[in-house]
Amino acid sequence: MKPYDILIVGAGIVGSAVARECALLGWRVGVIEGGTPAGGATAAGMGHVVVMDDSPAQLALTAFSRSLWQQESGKLPKSVEYENRGTIWVAADDEEMAEVHARQRVYEEAGIEARVLTAAGLADKEPNLRRGLAGGLLVPGDSVVYPPAAAGFYLAEARRLGAEVFLARAMSASQGQVLLSDGVSLVAERIVLAVGTECDLLPSLPIQKRKGHLVITDRYPGFVHHQLVELGYLKSAHKVTDDSVAFNVQPRQTGQLLLGSSRQYGNEEPQAEAEILRRMIDRATEYMPGLKELSVLRVWTGFRAATADKLPLIGPAAGLSEDRSLWLAAGFEGLGITNAPGAARLLMDAMLGRKSAIDAVPYLPGRLMEPARPAHA
Amino acid sequence: MTRTEVLVIGAGPAGIAAATAAAENGCAVIVLDDNLSAGGQIWRGATVQETGSSSRGNTTKRRALERLRRSGAQVLGGRCVFSAEASGMLQTLQETGSGSLVEQFHFEKLILATGARERFLPFPGWTLPGVFGAGGLQSLMKGGYRVAGKRVVVAGTGPLLIAVATHLAQEGAVVSSVVEQAALAQLAPFAASLWAHPAKLVQGARYRAKLWKTSYRIGCWVLEAIAGSDGQRLGAVRVTDGTRTWTEPCDLLACGYHLVPNTEIAQLLGCELPGDFVQVDKTQRTSLPNVFCAGEPTGIAGLEAAMVQGEIAGLACAGVSSAPLQKRAAAERAFCDGMEKAFALRRELRSLPRPDTIVCRCEDVTFGSLHGYTGWTDAKLQTRCGMGPCQGRVCGPAVEFLLGWRPVSVRQPLFPVPLQAFCFQDERVEINKMNEPIKEKA
Repeated sequence: MKPYDILIVGAGIVGSAVARECALLGWRVGVIEGGTPAGGATAAGMGHVVVMDDSPAQLALTAFSRSLWQQESGKLPKSVEYENRGTIWVAADDEEMAEVHARQRVYEEAGIEARVLTAAGLADKEPNLRRGLAGGLLVPGDSVVYPPAAAGFYLAEARRLGAEVFLARAMSASQGQVLLSDGVSLVAERIVLAVGTECDLLPSLPIQKRKGHLVITDRYPGFVHHQLVELGYLKSAHKVTDDSVAFNVQPRQTGQLLLGSSRQYGNEEPQAEAEILRRMIDRATEYMPGLKELSVLRVWTGFRAATADKLPLIGPAAGLSEDRSLWLAAGFEGLGITNAPGAARLLMDAMLGRKSAIDAVPYLPGRLMEPARPAHA
Repeated sequence: MTRTEVLVIGAGPAGIAAATAAAENGCAVIVLDDNLSAGGQIWRGATVQETGSSSRGNTTKRRALERLRRSGAQVLGGRCVFSAEASGMLQTLQETGSGSLVEQFHFEKLILATGARERFLPFPGWTLPGVFGAGGLQSLMKGGYRVAGKRVVVAGTGPLLIAVATHLAQEGAVVSSVVEQAALAQLAPFAASLWAHPAKLVQGARYRAKLWKTSYRIGCWVLEAIAGSDGQRLGAVRVTDGTRTWTEPCDLLACGYHLVPNTEIAQLLGCELPGDFVQVDKTQRTSLPNVFCAGEPTGIAGLEAAMVQGEIAGLACAGVSSAPLQKRAAAERAFCDGMEKAFALRRELRSLPRPDTIVCRCEDVTFGSLHGYTGWTDAKLQTRCGMGPCQGRVCGPAVEFLLGWRPVSVRQPLFPVPLQAFCFQDERVEINKMNEPIKEKA
């Protein structure tokens, strides 16, 4: 069988974005998906395209990726539901308001537009937030997408350019060869693992599952206008030990509201849990009391692929594997949708020896050579 | 929070029989139902069986309800189950005048008697005003919807069609025809087997007697519902027998394709469902040791089967042998198998929808847009089919028949509930529509 230039394991949003980049180069591309395309973390996530300043490297990657989303926004099919909603980071008190000013400066230095909102300005923009909040930080360039359709679009583009999709489970991937569950064996110069939380193919992947709950409501157009996230989100999202919840609400193009968020380690059960759900909803209704009466259609859970330093693994697997054919695009935690286009670009740059738009070193997988110990141990 | 030894979900014939048997044998029993009063779909309101004061259906219902009342089982109506955990807890929502009430019920043993609902299949024009489900129109009539003088075609498949047609005739509608898709060759063995079930035969004959003016068209099906001269409402249906096609003018179409079981709670709990139905043993026990299931969710078999299965489940919860009943239950299961074969859907129905025919009414997903996907999950993610308020209860069985995709996992809430319903634990919570919630200890 004629070898592929590249085999990509995983047709989530990251694998699909990588497939499209490769297909655009004219490469012979094979994509392998054992479940439903875009059916893992991509389907479970919110679809918030957001600049996050958790660390300088995270800021650089999210800003770069967001710029790629923006450049392409006019060409995305309607089904992707790209909407330039903007994010408002909501400050509850004066202490958080001080944080708003500090972050505004960080964004400004990075060339990201961000505007401080006073209490009155916040109430004006989002009248359904409770009174008495201190203000917020509006980041107008952030957006909202429907992730399964975005991943579907990337994959369809890759296929249009000649990529082949194999709907079978990859049983092994090493030394340029991938064995599929249906007995087919594929050969390629490079293999990219874009596997989300599925680490069977490379058990040394330093990825942990971080469970999240989401709630979707019926249609209430105009109830919320921006993606609203409590400023405390960074604090809670940054914790790597305890279960945490934060107020995070997103207006969908359908008028539905998507409500998060929770983070749990060490829980791999897919069932929704009453206790964490209750905490999450209590938190949300603390910020937006009117949510209480809205009708909920569905609750679901998903697993984020988390790394110890909160940064993804993009580049050769060197350091985690001796296998020179293996490359990684994994460990995106809650930012896989935002970072998919940027990650695909960085990975291609590394494969081609091109200079990247941003410094790719912080995301090289080799930095996490010691397998991460479970944080709760 | 309410604790009970045996919790029965559904106060139809199966649930009533189950609750009665368990309570008569010393169990503390609570029965929950969506409807305000016991009876289920078949015994809801003024049913056809009740018209003659000495009619058997009426007597059966009255006896069953009277025995339930005497058994000491407590019936709590107006409560919809929206979440359930196999560990022994479920939550209900009750609409009150001012808002809704959330309650938690803890149980040692659970009996699911959740009944069945109509199956709808999409065909061109099925979303026109004037097109109803067969059972749906019957429920509306029981609720006071007037059909007198209207021309009605009853179509689809299953024994319900004749019952609905009879009811329509009683209410003064002109039932021009009953259009049954099953072929005569398919129906004949089932009809013959009815001799073994005299009660059903008598019931059937009584139905038929009221429909002497109606054509009963076997092996025919509705191809399309056509708008009338106003272009808005139903005006006629196109019917075919596979070779000949004709138009029948009508004001209403009552169209249902037999029944599909309500298995959502069983699925949410994690009970095994090898096919469409909940797997049970001889004592109606599911794959979960503390969960039993009786009636239609274990196989569409009608009233008698539901009652005997319910009684067996109730006895099993009370630890009483049900061996004498099991022979009758087995006979009813055979009846169920016969009915399934008799009313199996013909493959021509798969080609009824056109590319622009709506399949998922909640999310306006057309039949054409469902092509090119690997399965239900893939199509659902990309098209939103089944993601609306009904959670795929209508389009799920249709898509399963049309495209062969097995429905995917059930998620809570089982029906839309206010966000607030998730917020409290171990409490009875009144959610006011306009105000802060009022908490009260149960």
